[in-house]
Amino acid sequence: MAGELAFEKPLVELRLKIDELKRFGQEKGIDFSDEIARLELRYEQLKQELYSELTPAQKMHLARHHQRPTSLDFIHAIFTDFIELHGDRLFADDLAIVGGLAKLGDLPVTVIGHQRGKDTKDNIARFFGSPHPEGFRKALRLMQQANKFKRPIITFIDTKGAYPGNTAEERGQSEAIARNLREMAIFGVPIICVVIGEGGSGGALALGVGNRVLMLENAIYSVISPNGAASILWKDASKADQAAETMKITAKDLLAFEVIEEIVPEPQGGAHRDLPQLAEVLKESIKRHLSELSTLSEQELIEDRYQKFRKIGAFTEATAACAETAGEPEGEPEEQLEQSAEPSAQAQV
Amino acid sequence: MFKDLFQKKKYATIPSAADRPKRDIPEGLMNKCPKCGTIQYSKELEKNLKVCSSCSHHFRLSAWERINMLADEGSFKELDAALISEDPLEFPGYAAKLERERSNSGLNEAVVTGECTIGSYPVVLAVMSFDFFSGSMGSVVGEKITRAIEKALETSVPLIMFSTSGGARMQESILSLMQMAKTSAALAKFQSNGGLYISVLTDPTFGGVTASFAMLGDYILAEPGALVGFAGRIVIEQTIRQKLPDNFQTAEFNQQHGQIDKVVHRKDMLPLLTKLLDMHTVRRDVSYGG
Repeated sequence: MAGELAFEKPLVELRLKIDELKRFGQEKGIDFSDEIARLELRYEQLKQELYSELTPAQKMHLARHHQRPTSLDFIHAIFTDFIELHGDRLFADDLAIVGGLAKLGDLPVTVIGHQRGKDTKDNIARFFGSPHPEGFRKALRLMQQANKFKRPIITFIDTKGAYPGNTAEERGQSEAIARNLREMAIFGVPIICVVIGEGGSGGALALGVGNRVLMLENAIYSVISPNGAASILWKDASKADQAAETMKITAKDLLAFEVIEEIVPEPQGGAHRDLPQLAEVLKESIKRHLSELSTLSEQELIEDRYQKFRKIGAFTEATAACAETAGEPEGEPEEQLEQSAEPSAQAQV
Repeated sequence: MFKDLFQKKKYATIPSAADRPKRDIPEGLMNKCPKCGTIQYSKELEKNLKVCSSCSHHFRLSAWERINMLADEGSFKELDAALISEDPLEFPGYAAKLERERSNSGLNEAVVTGECTIGSYPVVLAVMSFDFFSGSMGSVVGEKITRAIEKALETSVPLIMFSTSGGARMQESILSLMQMAKTSAALAKFQSNGGLYISVLTDPTFGGVTASFAMLGDYILAEPGALVGFAGRIVIEQTIRQKLPDNFQTAEFNQQHGQIDKVVHRKDMLPLLTKLLDMHTVRRDVSYGG
């Protein structure tokens, strides 16, 4: 095992103890098999305890694990015949986003994803997976292509956020993100988005307007990185763990908010422990969602996507409004109530 | 003998600052320009649309100040006034802060939406207010803006939105983020149906609001000096480890970099909006010069 996180330490220590005991027994010719069996059992129990109820902060660390599979890893593991396509045709090729054509079984699809680097050099070239406007515009170009040729779009989300730099601002970072949000809403092909690591803010959402949004079990998704939230809340970015607990960033939370449709289970210990197994599970899930969506017409796909996002939000129609509208004939007020009843079922009107 | 008139005979004793009684200037009588320091009467400033008479600094406006400046008198009918936020994350301190923001600003949320006429043209108007929670966008702002867009679509009238915001509201985390997608999707529907949307950026507009509906106008205008961007100056300076130029992210800077259509002085805003509305009105009696 390599790349253990701080919270995995007890497990590592127990493993060392077991190995040591085994070695000692062999050297001295003493039979510790009972003892070892007991420790192995304890190890399995501990593992179960440790991984079954991970805290949001622990998940955040897994989502950011340096060995965690990236978009390209998933693309190669799930699809065949990947042809990478480059550039936004306007300014440059942003390596923080990759994309191109691939086959899912026999089906040609367009795949796009944020791309973190594998090492420092790679990370610098890819801006640690934080795109500039040209990255978002490359993604848009590929999606328009997919829409034209009626190919489903699969996106992989894995970024701390859009790159916060002066050149990004000058070239229209906001406009690039905004345009993706608007255009993704009206493509007449199925769009499936998978949050595979960290879904950070607008830079993540710019690839995230799908008919289905799936999340890997330990992935996180939020409006601001827990580090950013901590520095605003407590003027201390190092309190990210604390912020992670507060901000409801896990797949479970987002499923409860109906922001995502499905949680894709990860191998015990995280995605990096067994990519082939995870890729198989994810592939089946993507296929299942695609086949569900395949029955919808272009217009129905657009409407399905619209309704998915339309209903998100938590708010209350205050009682003052009820009093005001009470005397009015029915029609509009009722309609408003109906609208608010849907997204905020628990509204305390 | 006249000389005597100018002869000083009495000398005034001026009490030291400490024991001088505080002069009783009614709150808000005078205003100091934060940019050039010029002090001017509030009434004069208001007459000047809250633009500094000496340096043209555009003071920030609350939603109602702006609505009163733009909408034809008595025409504004507010929509969804009673929508208020919940605390979906049970975020520490959020409920109390919302309460404070409401009582301090007199607003229910960071945007006021409604139907009105501007220069006699019917429009749906949405105006954000920085004095409520830094104009941040949570579920309510997203919902009110989406409903405003849907209202414009339904009634086939142009949509005008004035933005000012610190970005998406952290206290509603993912739900705030999704408002970006929700509002943009509604705009996609409206605009692909031929709807006219004029977006006006005011000081300051950042983050999730800029990266969604604010930058999606068919026409994007901005007030002079308004700061508009995605990431804030401090974050960028920390990232690139360089000092940024003074004019970074101003409306003028954005125009220079091709991000907006036009920087418009506040006194020219109403005439320009009216002209734009006029130019988008289909007239049967006008032919192509034939």
